[in-house]
Amino acid sequence: MAFNPLVESVPPSGIRKFFDIAGSIANVISLGIGEPDFVTPYHIRSAVMDSLMDGETQYTANYGLIELRREIAGYLSSRFHVTYDPESEVLVTVGASEAIDMVMRGLLAPGDEVILPDPGYVSYQPCVIFAGGTPVAVPTSPENGFVITPEALESAITPRTKAVFLAYPCNPTGAVMPLEQMQKIAEIVTKHDLLLICDDIYIELVYDGFRQESFASLPGMKERTILINGFSKSFAMTGFRVGYICAPDKLLKNPAKIHQYAIMCASRASQVAAIQALKQGRQDNYHDIQVMRDSYDRRRRLMYNALTDMGLACYEPRGAFYLFPSIAGTGMDSDTFCERLLKEQAVVCIPGTAFGACGEGFIRCCYATDIDKMGEAFQRMRVFLSRD
Amino acid sequence: MNDLKQHVLELLCQDCRMPVDQIAVMLGANPTDVSAAIKQMEDDRVIVQYRPVVDWNQTERTFVEAMISVKVTPQRDQGFDAVAKRIGGFEEVRSVFLMSGAYDLLVLLEAPTLKELAYFVSEKLSTLDTVTGTSTSFVLKRYKEDGVMFGEKKEDQRLVISP
Repeated sequence: MAFNPLVESVPPSGIRKFFDIAGSIANVISLGIGEPDFVTPYHIRSAVMDSLMDGETQYTANYGLIELRREIAGYLSSRFHVTYDPESEVLVTVGASEAIDMVMRGLLAPGDEVILPDPGYVSYQPCVIFAGGTPVAVPTSPENGFVITPEALESAITPRTKAVFLAYPCNPTGAVMPLEQMQKIAEIVTKHDLLLICDDIYIELVYDGFRQESFASLPGMKERTILINGFSKSFAMTGFRVGYICAPDKLLKNPAKIHQYAIMCASRASQVAAIQALKQGRQDNYHDIQVMRDSYDRRRRLMYNALTDMGLACYEPRGAFYLFPSIAGTGMDSDTFCERLLKEQAVVCIPGTAFGACGEGFIRCCYATDIDKMGEAFQRMRVFLSRD
Repeated sequence: MNDLKQHVLELLCQDCRMPVDQIAVMLGANPTDVSAAIKQMEDDRVIVQYRPVVDWNQTERTFVEAMISVKVTPQRDQGFDAVAKRIGGFEEVRSVFLMSGAYDLLVLLEAPTLKELAYFVSEKLSTLDTVTGTSTSFVLKRYKEDGVMFGEKKEDQRLVISP
């Protein structure tokens, strides 16, 4: 029996194998996790408990609770100076992951090309393919700070190009994109009349005084930008699965239609949590984010220092909570390095190739990890590297 | 207090055994400056002592603890400070706080037995000239101290690998 060829054409996730191996080994230390190590702030959990005790367990509007949409619009306006109408330009989704899928399915026509930087988050390319589009990967490297250059973007554009999909800070590299470069990218996108999809999920997690702007807030860009964000990383709310899409009505109506039929609405309890996160943030200048960001920043320095000290050349990232060191000097490919490191020293890192072909020669290490455990992992990695 | 000292304190409050070199790396600071900042804070008695947070329930040690609300007569020119120091001087007293509300001082007391604790309250504390009244509450169980919940450490609930 033949099944959906688009789905069949996408290979299984590159990290599945490591999951199985890790499950068979004792005392594994994982630097392979892609989520905060903070528990959701207590006041947020408390608000959810109150809501549940009050019997708030029903469906919400397809677009999400209007109170949440207003909070989201207020947050984006105050933090990133871009205004959206909460009535028609904000759609609450089941995490940013659903948002990515809805946007691709809602906006791509068969054969449309979407330009994406490589390496990039694991779900972008599959979502383009599932939606009938064609991903066009543009290589990035430590030499250009792991960001897409205007020249590389320009040369990747064809008559079939529909959109450019960018996410800074970047998972897996931690790269950020400075404002001047964003402006150049925006000019090209406008010149060719393309859409710009920005996944801003890590936008609050930036360090060294850097400020990551959103493409939606650049002059003239809101009209052609689909902004995706969520609560998982900034507020340590991964398990709540709540995110959002913001875009002009004409760009949002298709994703919203699919959401309406396929999902109906995000969980009410999770929406309540999100309201509390933003409400409190508005009142205390996003203290939760500040505390977590400071903690990540310190551990970023610690991991960067340790990795470079053990001889792994490393681009120093200014965002997210990952380092993406080169392991090219070991003579191993990424997959072999990670598999052997796991089997021989019980340390999990993710091979760079899980994030695209340009990830070859790199591994992703997450510093949203307990300091003592990181110290032990570094020790084991030193042993591993010295033996080889 | 400068920023470096403030940040060093934040890290030492998380783990007072953290090595100076590690603190320096985490703060992007010079190890010599971190050492100097710590030394300065020790000299200034900003950092008073380094001690573990202990869940005594898990040890063989037995003792009695009480919170005693104390009403006192403030003294001319010295307010509550003199009497607080006088009470704090007793080795049975773990902590002394000046409080708002019906009572003036809150005294956290520790003694090997109930008898010794009762003796302290009736013979040493209540007999001070400035003390006009006390109200004693015994500690039955400690759940949380210095921001740390007692009990089993919660395992990391996250998947070992996620994208």
